[in-house]
Amino acid sequence: MEVKKIMLTIHTKLVEAMITQAHKDHPIETCGIIAGPQGCNLPLRLIPMRNAARSAVFFKFDPNQQLQVWRDMEARDEEPIVIYHSHTDTQAYPSRTDVKFAAELRAHYVIIPTNPIYGDEIRSFRICDGMVTEERVRMLDSYKSEWELAMVA
Amino acid sequence: MQVTVHIPTILRPLTENQKRLTITGFSVLEVIEHMEERYPGIKEKLITGGKAHHFINIYVNDDDIRFTDGLSTSLSDGDSLTILPAVAGGAEPALLHT
Ligand SMILES: [Zn+2]
Repeated sequence: MEVKKIMLTIHTKLVEAMITQAHKDHPIETCGIIAGPQGCNLPLRLIPMRNAARSAVFFKFDPNQQLQVWRDMEARDEEPIVIYHSHTDTQAYPSRTDVKFAAELRAHYVIIPTNPIYGDEIRSFRICDGMVTEERVRMLDSYKSEWELAMVA
Repeated sequence: MQVTVHIPTILRPLTENQKRLTITGFSVLEVIEHMEERYPGIKEKLITGGKAHHFINIYVNDDDIRFTDGLSTSLSDGDSLTILPAVAGGAEPALLHT
């Protein structure tokens, strides 16, 4: 599957929510998703997930919560647009484990560093067949124009 | 036993893009064997070394089969079997024990 637009467009409030959650969970790795309407590539509904691994170096979505969240998304015609987690003591770049588990070809994989020596900016990646491509993050204070574009398309 | 199997996006190329399949079987393993007959290649995506792959979650109705009888989990008519990619990762590949 080809990725047309290599860029994550995301509301500033959602970025702030991910960063706040990551720092609150530190030193445990935080994780979650942001769902959005199928095919729109616009993240809207942030769902923090329980890290079943409760680890500083590993995360795994709680399988039972994941089932409920995935069923909800299906019922709402949504898909996971962003899949995010934090790195508590390494740079915000996908690890080999991250790449091995990455199964959503259309999702933006966002990593939040929670150790300030690795910066305080989130980074976003596409992961496809083991290949990692970093993409630009474009933050918006309003989705209005994006919605209008999505409606026309 | 006839069960409905929910196929995740990543495996749909193997099932002619179908999201749901109706498959018979008395256990999770039997359902997977029957899927394999119709859609060759799907079994190796789900099972490794006689166990469900750790990259995959398999649920019978609301229960992750890791916490029931694994691949031997028995099925009743009308059950749903959901397959989802496990969402996981981390910072240190060496610490993956699952
Ligand atoms: Zn990671």
